[in-house]
Amino acid sequence: MNKIAPVARAFDLSDYISSQESKSFLRFLTCGSVDDGKSTLIGRLLYDTKLVFEDQLAALENDSRKHGTVADDIDLALLVDGLEAEREQGITIDVAYRFFSTEKRKFIVADTPGHEQYTRNMATGASTADLAILLVDVRNGLLTQTRRHAFIASLLGVRHVVLAVNKIDLVDYDQKRFEEIKADFESFSSGFDFDSSEVIPLSARFGDNVTAPSENLSWFSGPTLLEHLEEVEVGHEHSESAFRFPVQWVNRPNLDFRGYSGTVRGGTVKVGDEIVVAQSGKTSQIEKIVTMDGDLLRADDGQSVTLTLADEIDISRGDILAPVHSRPDVSDQFAAHVIWMSENAMLPGRPYLLKVGTKTVGASVTEIKHKIDVNTFDHHAAKQLSLNEIAFCNLALNESIAFDPYEANRDTGSFILIDRMTNETVAAGMIWFGLRRATNVHRQALDVNKKARGGQKGQTPAVLWFTGLSGSGKSTIANAVEQKLLGLGRHTYLLDGDNIRHGLNKDLGFTDADRVENIRRVAETSKLFVDAGLITLVSFISPFEAERQLARDLLEPGEFFEIFVDTSLEECESRDPKGLYAKARKGAISNFTGIDSAYEAPAAPELHLKTKGRSVDSLADEIVDRLLEDGFIGSDSTWVI
Amino acid sequence: MGIDSHSHLRRLENESIHIIREVAAEFDNPVMLYSIGKDSAVMLHLALKAFYPSRPPFPLLHVDTTWKFKEMISFRDHMVEKHGLDLIVHTNEEGVKNDINPFDHGSSNYTHIMKTEALKEALTKYKFDAAFGGARRDEEKSRAKERVFSFRSSSHGWDPKNQRPELWSLYNGRIAQSESIRAFPLSNWTELDIWQYILAEGIEIVPLYFAAKRPVVERDGSLLVLDDDRFRLEPGEKVEHRNVRFRTLGCYPLTGAVESDADTLEDIVSEMLIARTSERSGRLIDHDSSGSIEKKKREGYF
Repeated sequence: MNKIAPVARAFDLSDYISSQESKSFLRFLTCGSVDDGKSTLIGRLLYDTKLVFEDQLAALENDSRKHGTVADDIDLALLVDGLEAEREQGITIDVAYRFFSTEKRKFIVADTPGHEQYTRNMATGASTADLAILLVDVRNGLLTQTRRHAFIASLLGVRHVVLAVNKIDLVDYDQKRFEEIKADFESFSSGFDFDSSEVIPLSARFGDNVTAPSENLSWFSGPTLLEHLEEVEVGHEHSESAFRFPVQWVNRPNLDFRGYSGTVRGGTVKVGDEIVVAQSGKTSQIEKIVTMDGDLLRADDGQSVTLTLADEIDISRGDILAPVHSRPDVSDQFAAHVIWMSENAMLPGRPYLLKVGTKTVGASVTEIKHKIDVNTFDHHAAKQLSLNEIAFCNLALNESIAFDPYEANRDTGSFILIDRMTNETVAAGMIWFGLRRATNVHRQALDVNKKARGGQKGQTPAVLWFTGLSGSGKSTIANAVEQKLLGLGRHTYLLDGDNIRHGLNKDLGFTDADRVENIRRVAETSKLFVDAGLITLVSFISPFEAERQLARDLLEPGEFFEIFVDTSLEECESRDPKGLYAKARKGAISNFTGIDSAYEAPAAPELHLKTKGRSVDSLADEIVDRLLEDGFIGSDSTWVI
Repeated sequence: MGIDSHSHLRRLENESIHIIREVAAEFDNPVMLYSIGKDSAVMLHLALKAFYPSRPPFPLLHVDTTWKFKEMISFRDHMVEKHGLDLIVHTNEEGVKNDINPFDHGSSNYTHIMKTEALKEALTKYKFDAAFGGARRDEEKSRAKERVFSFRSSSHGWDPKNQRPELWSLYNGRIAQSESIRAFPLSNWTELDIWQYILAEGIEIVPLYFAAKRPVVERDGSLLVLDDDRFRLEPGEKVEHRNVRFRTLGCYPLTGAVESDADTLEDIVSEMLIARTSERSGRLIDHDSSGSIEKKKREGYF
């Protein structure tokens, strides 16, 4: 009888709805082998978070009797192993998506298979995931496939991993065994560049430490799996990157309206912004941001909108709109990691279709640089690629396209290859960098890039951007930091606001327009210094958020470290090392930041440095410690390839 | 419009709009399956948003089994007129001629002939190369594995073991002559998301979703509403007037109602939150045997 109890209005619906809307969102995937209990774990999460309805439970009890592999109990794995073939074989053979939510977050889970021949499915699940759960059986510890899963997750840009040590009940909740596996994992995962990695003991079958702490694991002081999933900070990877807008559809309801429909893939766009059509180089300004709910003043990463421009320029599906000062690469050749997903081998030179963003072009692999053994990470020479093999390749296209490196933008840096004859999706690819066509540039020349220059100096180049009021201590602190970095053997350069204004920027004054240009130039300069492999310290008042954002956008994610030197206006004015505040107060200087020109404090700097009552030396130490801690200026990239 | 621009509903909305536009851009002759239910209502709303200020560049297709609730048909015509849309209504005429009905032929045969066959007939007749459906992955186990762009052979069949890998938001829309794609823009929505979105956006839905006194009979644990005089009572069955509403809509002799007093959207969402029965249990066709949706999908059902 489908009877629903009368509605109890014990809670306020609008409160509930708004609490639902403030929930954050996490997409994760689970990977492990057939016997590690992956489906059982997801079944457990659904079951414990009350996402299983009564009728589904009744069907489950029925199915458990028929197919169940767990004596007498409800087999939670049957909740997720959907297809009949899987139920009969007792294994998972395809990616399944599951949904659940808690008070804090909504979750989408991709359940992916562990068999070696299904690597492509794991890559599929990982392509949209923020986090990966690597499942192991406590009795087996880390296996070759655990390394493979970690590698694929890392290759697909998953930034967070959890090692779930399952079936802990089968070793009597033995702490020692767990600690051994944990130590193994920590030494091996340090070779990857994950932002977070957590090791958690649990029993999916009995529910220990999945959603509730367990007395059996009283020795474990870490979070339950669900707590960790609720709390882990994944950030919005593209909110910091430059604006990208792959045009999906030209919107022409009548002769008076010409708009470009698409989804913002990275960054933010505002009415009035100068944009460029990346492929053609034509520029215009954003006139309107149109939606059915009314025009917007800005649109952020992920928003689907329709843009109109001030000028009539030729734009069609597949074009990418980008900021004039921060363009994607445009090339007809690039190097990329390719995961082969078809039974038919990939052969260099064979023509395929390549879809990147909303653009589809003809493409072929011109050279397999090396094949990567996913178990040992060794590189091998290869003449062709078979199903589930991964290789680093050069590709050539039959026309130039716009793209970004995958590390910088998962949407504009990813592509699929499609077989021209069967129309199958045969490969997934992640762009590493563009190759120039110019025949007078030898390929060796391309190898000397930022990474190579930084590598030679044993460091990862970056910009340390000091912002704050005049007299806040920026330059003094930056100077002290540079000395300490020098002592650590780092190669540095300091761009100081006052010094630059004596040379490169001596033609600029202090109007808002000149201040913007001042920062644009120093941002471009710091980008060159970073490209030269240097840790570049920039000490500029840089009062406006937009220009600091511009500087951030010019650099690759993770290269820009903003330090807000926070000294109160009163304090700066009382210090007044150059007597400028006194002059400004008398009206002798106009447009002085803090007096008659605004200072927009950073909303989310990498480091908020409160200077009050502290010595220059301790402030500089704090910065250097943070940089080392965050691996910001560590020795060269830990990327494993 | 009370939705925060970063909420999960906006994320779902943005993703769906992206999918709908990709289909419109990549196919020559797409169509939107319009079943008149709440999921179709949301899908249509998203299509209107996706192309604004243009109208959706494809027609709606309604497969009419002739056993739909009368209120569904009048609501359909109202929506088409209100938004100036193109509507194609298709019925399996052969089935009508043979008087195929849910009483004499069983839910399984009836559904196959009047829905699955009729749909295939229409797709073939109009040479549609892509068809939008409002299915969601949270509805049922086999749907959880469905792609957003789901490839169908020239006989409209689905091969669950041979699906195209789908990565990032890159959908492969390449097909050969007479093959097609079913596109599911609501793949990542849950039932609760649908209702919250309807509430937040003020989307119009068929009045059958709201509780009202309706004539019902109880049969095999389901409550069936008598929508017209074609309903045949079995011996011992008696018609009662009860306050009921629908959580899902289909052909009236095959769609179970639930007893409820929820007569506003707010009440429906509140009721959802304490519901302990999944929505497809109201659809009698899914219960023929476990795994039965998968069988229907292989044959070409949505």
